[in-house]
Amino acid sequence: MSLVELKNLTKTFGGLLAVNDVSFNVEEGSIVGLIGPNGAGKTTVFNLITGNYIPDTGEAVFNGKNVVGMQTHRIVNLGIARTFQTIRLFKSLNALENVLSGCHCRMKSGVFASMFRTRKQRAEEKHVLEKAMAELEFVGLKDQWDIQADSLSYGKQRLLEIARALATEPKFIILDEPAGGMNDQETQELIDIIKAIRDRGITVLLIEHDMSLVMKICEHLVVLEYGAVIAEGDPETIKNDPRVIEAYLGADDDLL
Amino acid sequence: MMIRKQDILCLAGAAVFACSPLVLDAYWTDVLNNIGLYAILALSLNIILGQCGLFQMGHAAFFAIGAYTSAILNTMFDIPLLWTMPLAGILAGIFGLIVARPIIHLRGDYLLIVTIGIVEIIRIALINDVGGLTGGANGIFGIDRPMLFGLKIKRPYQFFYLIWGFCAVTIFLFHRLENSRFGRALNYIKDDDVAAEGSGIDISKYKLIAFVIGAFWAGMVGTIFAGKMKIISPESFSFWESVLLFTIVILGGMGSIRGVLLGAFLIIGLPEVFRDFASARMLIFGAAMVAMMIFRTQGLLPPLPRKYDVSRFFSKAEGEQS
Repeated sequence: MSLVELKNLTKTFGGLLAVNDVSFNVEEGSIVGLIGPNGAGKTTVFNLITGNYIPDTGEAVFNGKNVVGMQTHRIVNLGIARTFQTIRLFKSLNALENVLSGCHCRMKSGVFASMFRTRKQRAEEKHVLEKAMAELEFVGLKDQWDIQADSLSYGKQRLLEIARALATEPKFIILDEPAGGMNDQETQELIDIIKAIRDRGITVLLIEHDMSLVMKICEHLVVLEYGAVIAEGDPETIKNDPRVIEAYLGADDDLL
Repeated sequence: MMIRKQDILCLAGAAVFACSPLVLDAYWTDVLNNIGLYAILALSLNIILGQCGLFQMGHAAFFAIGAYTSAILNTMFDIPLLWTMPLAGILAGIFGLIVARPIIHLRGDYLLIVTIGIVEIIRIALINDVGGLTGGANGIFGIDRPMLFGLKIKRPYQFFYLIWGFCAVTIFLFHRLENSRFGRALNYIKDDDVAAEGSGIDISKYKLIAFVIGAFWAGMVGTIFAGKMKIISPESFSFWESVLLFTIVILGGMGSIRGVLLGAFLIIGLPEVFRDFASARMLIFGAAMVAMMIFRTQGLLPPLPRKYDVSRFFSKAEGEQS
């Protein structure tokens, strides 16, 4: 069954057609890659799914529900989490608090419960602390829990964003260039983490320029160029698709 | 519960401070009272400006609504002053909600300009005697002194305990608020509102709650102020008051309770200490502000990181190692 169905999404910015009639499905429990040259509209597609942008036309159906027009935090509540291409951590806060932000939408205690520190509130705080530490451990940042986010290395900041996204208890996670700025060893660890995410039953959609990573972990690829889908299929088919090769011409063919 | 060295020092400091009316004369006790009122107001502004990062320079408007609500209820309907306190807070809070709702999505400087407009609207409305209730430019006089447990509070040292008692309660509750889901949410919004929304936080809702809590608290301070002055007039709620409160929060350290308290002592207290220097004191004051904004942008006492007890997550691993 498809967890996510994008139907004829179109988005223009002024005269620029950023996303042109994009449709594809993401099967539950799969790892899907969205690839394409720079400026092809990949991140815009992500922003349309997460509610950061509203499409001019089209639908983004998640779990049988059209999320177009919903506010981002509601979409997160439904179970879609994301990371950002340009890392957007809470820089002045430590790693643990960054992950706790993800727990927020699964918590209930309000202003009065906090002021009077009710038993329920204390139990909830204790519970999310456990959850947040578990997510930090999952991405291998447990020992750095009290490091301020912007003091972490680039690669670790990316992992922290993933931990924060996982803390929202998503069914579907969108990773925007998760390996950007990572060295080979970090990328290898990332591959294991993405597989582990899938093994937790979370469907993954990712944008990535590191083709070795994409080819290793994605079961299905969608190729975007000038805002439109030009090819779709398993990595082997995509590798040999003449239109894809043409789109990437100018880049090293060996990459594909 | 753990008792830390810091807590003991804090309590000792508070105890010494509580004795100060015994050694100070009425004038200096009154200075401390003023500091206390500004401290509570600045703490309430700190939720909006310091914790949530919303540039709000119209805090005197909420303070005014609280003070006038209490004054009107007390002088017209003879309701004991302190009984009007919750209503003063609620009305200020509702007003905060109404004015903040349409402007809550504005960023930084835009929000600042709108809030300046709001405080001016309130002041001018008060001067124009809205609904024949506010007494125009003369204001409202003949407000009763507050009664607490059958004791009429009128002398400076009595007000000292009322004001600083309220301040202590405020610090206690706001400290807890800061260290909760709510307080964290405000900090996330201040740091990066797009990431906060993307992490599932309803940022408009939290910004509004911050505004309402700040306004509610400022309204309650208005009640105490009305009882202390016995006369209130629009002059007491000018734009300048809002600027002072804004400065206290920025100077002390955005989002830091101890910073805001220090800021209140410096901004309200120092001009009294240097009264002999007359006009030069504002010059020195201004120069000090400029120097601070260049050399210490985070404020005098920036907030300390929150504490989390995570030792239980590590004890097992350490056991394996040894």
